[in-house]
Amino acid sequence: MFHHFRGGIHPPDMKDATRHKPVEQLPPPARVILPMSMHIGAPCEPVVRLDQEVFMGQLVADSAAPVSAPIHSPVSGRVLAIDLFPHPGGSRVLSVVIENDGRDMPHESVHPKGSVESLTPDQLLRVVRDAGIVGMGGAAFPTHIKIASARGKCDTVVINASECEPYITADHRLMLEAPEEVIGGLRVLMKLLEPKRAVIAVESNKRDALDSLRRTLPGKTRIELAALRTRYPQGSEKQLVKSLTGREVPPGKLPADVKCVVFNTGTAAALHRAVTTGQPLIRRIVTVSGSAVANAKNLDVRFGTPIADIFHATGGFREPPAKVMTGGPMTGVAQHDLSAPLIKGCNGLLAFSEADIPPPGNEICIRCGRCVRVCPVNLLPIYLYMNERKDRLRELEKLRLDDCIECGACSYICPGRLYLVHSIRTGKQKLRDQKKEAG
Amino acid sequence: MEKQLTVSSSPHIRADENTRSVMLDVLIALSFPLAVAVYFFGWRSLSLAAVSVACCAAFEYAYRKLLKKPGSLGDLSALVTGMLLCFILPVSAPYWVAVLGSFFAIVVVKQLYGGIGKNFLNPALAARAFMSGFAALSSYVAPLSDPRVPVLGAFAPDAVAAATPLSYIKPAEQLLLHGLPTGTGVFSWQDMFLGQIPGCIGEVSTALLLLGGLYLVIRRVITPRIPLAFIGTAALLTFFFPRGGVPGGEYMLYSLLSGGLVLGAVFMATDYATSPVTPRGQWLYGIGCGLLTVFIRYFGGMPEGVCYAILLMNTVVWLLDKAGVPRRFGRRWLRRE
Repeated sequence: MFHHFRGGIHPPDMKDATRHKPVEQLPPPARVILPMSMHIGAPCEPVVRLDQEVFMGQLVADSAAPVSAPIHSPVSGRVLAIDLFPHPGGSRVLSVVIENDGRDMPHESVHPKGSVESLTPDQLLRVVRDAGIVGMGGAAFPTHIKIASARGKCDTVVINASECEPYITADHRLMLEAPEEVIGGLRVLMKLLEPKRAVIAVESNKRDALDSLRRTLPGKTRIELAALRTRYPQGSEKQLVKSLTGREVPPGKLPADVKCVVFNTGTAAALHRAVTTGQPLIRRIVTVSGSAVANAKNLDVRFGTPIADIFHATGGFREPPAKVMTGGPMTGVAQHDLSAPLIKGCNGLLAFSEADIPPPGNEICIRCGRCVRVCPVNLLPIYLYMNERKDRLRELEKLRLDDCIECGACSYICPGRLYLVHSIRTGKQKLRDQKKEAG
Repeated sequence: MEKQLTVSSSPHIRADENTRSVMLDVLIALSFPLAVAVYFFGWRSLSLAAVSVACCAAFEYAYRKLLKKPGSLGDLSALVTGMLLCFILPVSAPYWVAVLGSFFAIVVVKQLYGGIGKNFLNPALAARAFMSGFAALSSYVAPLSDPRVPVLGAFAPDAVAAATPLSYIKPAEQLLLHGLPTGTGVFSWQDMFLGQIPGCIGEVSTALLLLGGLYLVIRRVITPRIPLAFIGTAALLTFFFPRGGVPGGEYMLYSLLSGGLVLGAVFMATDYATSPVTPRGQWLYGIGCGLLTVFIRYFGGMPEGVCYAILLMNTVVWLLDKAGVPRRFGRRWLRRE
């Protein structure tokens, strides 16, 4: 039996398009756009001037705010502009634009920081912070904050390699091609957090990744490999912790409250690189896929590369895309402007042709109860939907609207084609507005 | 000018399954017992089914058209109602009964409440309840012995004396009301299980009804909770409280294999719109249906125990869903602090 959680769905995984394709290096573009918000938390302030010469890995923006992560230049070149530019979040955000001189001259700060053994935990944490590492599974929460808040509280550290979103194979390829980086990152975390248990959790549809990790691990090791049932949203932190330990993260709490802390595979690799090579977080693996893409690929891309350039580099579109999204198809963000750049939390770029977009039907609930069956946090999406539609906010609170993790399983499964998650998001907003009005 | 990109909130993919495919699965499941009805009762069961299904579709179409609402024939739910309606008619029922029943089920019970998913009573069962009242009131005495209907067993003549045509066709339930004539050996268990007994078109073949139910469970159209709770409750009650001096096991089997109990438990009580969506609510609902069915049969003096039990439970579905709100994720750990 694989480890499991309650509910969930099993959409076609669509990973065959890129599963077997080695990661290709995408040459950096002529100019990179670095938004000051690449993470959850306070936006950064630029620390470079217009026209200033910058080197690869040089700090270009930072913040003194408690929750934030610094941003580094992914190329060497010259600061071309500091202005508002489109952000994959949908708005326009203050960004530093750097013109690439094509030489990739590393900054003096980029040098090995020492071995995990030789550095003290505090020194290691400093390295993590200075490297601008954030959660690379999508949420982009600053990793040093997560580590600091979990220190001394956790008995279990988990590397989340479930990659449960359809299409995405970025973590899968990383485990096949650089398993030592993932394991190295976990060693950094083990030093920092001193857990009783250290687990790399992989969905059972990635057997080869498990084998790759197993081959790389020494014969005697404290690191545990876990095969998870292939089921969306297995990679959601709360579901993952439940699957592995049986513990349920209480509503509104973090995994650390049940003595667990979870890091994405890509984050682990970034930690390893930051310590061993000194390279800050300036690039990542992205899966480019979807029915409108001519050649689906896994690419190693520098941050700040415009989305349009990335698609172009794979050979462009097979047909005009009707929808483009960053991230996976279950939780990804639909894009309207392809000049927006790649940022830290983005593991996939998908382009769907018209035929792949679910046509907007007339939404009719037939009360089949599938949404209740698939909800991984035991909610009643149908009743949330009905109450949201009628503005019954008290009922929404009673039905624990805020527990919703917005995984999208209910909307996916709904035969009546209701926009359940959308309605729940709207409901959350209505509740926030109400609280604001109440003062 | 570049083509405009669609922007919408996630998720960006949907399961293939839609209302139409779900209803199609139900129709497929219903076709098993219908096939048996054609075999045992003759072609008239098929023509009655056709009339009932066609009328339900026609009323659905006409109502939506007249009120300028978007058409809903495509979801196939009207066809399911038509099938279920004919399932609870005797093969000898005149066609106008099917027409009238279709009108009541589709227009009065379903569409007046807003259409699919919004009705609170099961349309087919409500129509049947309506017609039994109607038939009794107008002292409905249409000829019931259709020459094409094979008369099965020695039972039928006695049953003709029953008050309403609907109870006439249900000698099995008459038995339940008046006690089992022990030792008569009228129907073998095998006959009753396969469906070679008098009864309504869709209720007789327990075997094929269960097969249809199994199909729906495998296709994940329904969960087995309601049928299990319904049948299980009825089984326990009749086993421990048999009547007419019949041994509990025998009485239980007789009760389960007759009176449309399996049809009700598998296809009627699991109707989406009129049953709870919460797991615990579904268990409670099934248990309630089982209890009421046996109570009505024992104390109510009516043969249609299953029908009224389900209709009564329909009215408390909202309460059962309230009682069935699932345990909050992480609650145990919240309390521990």
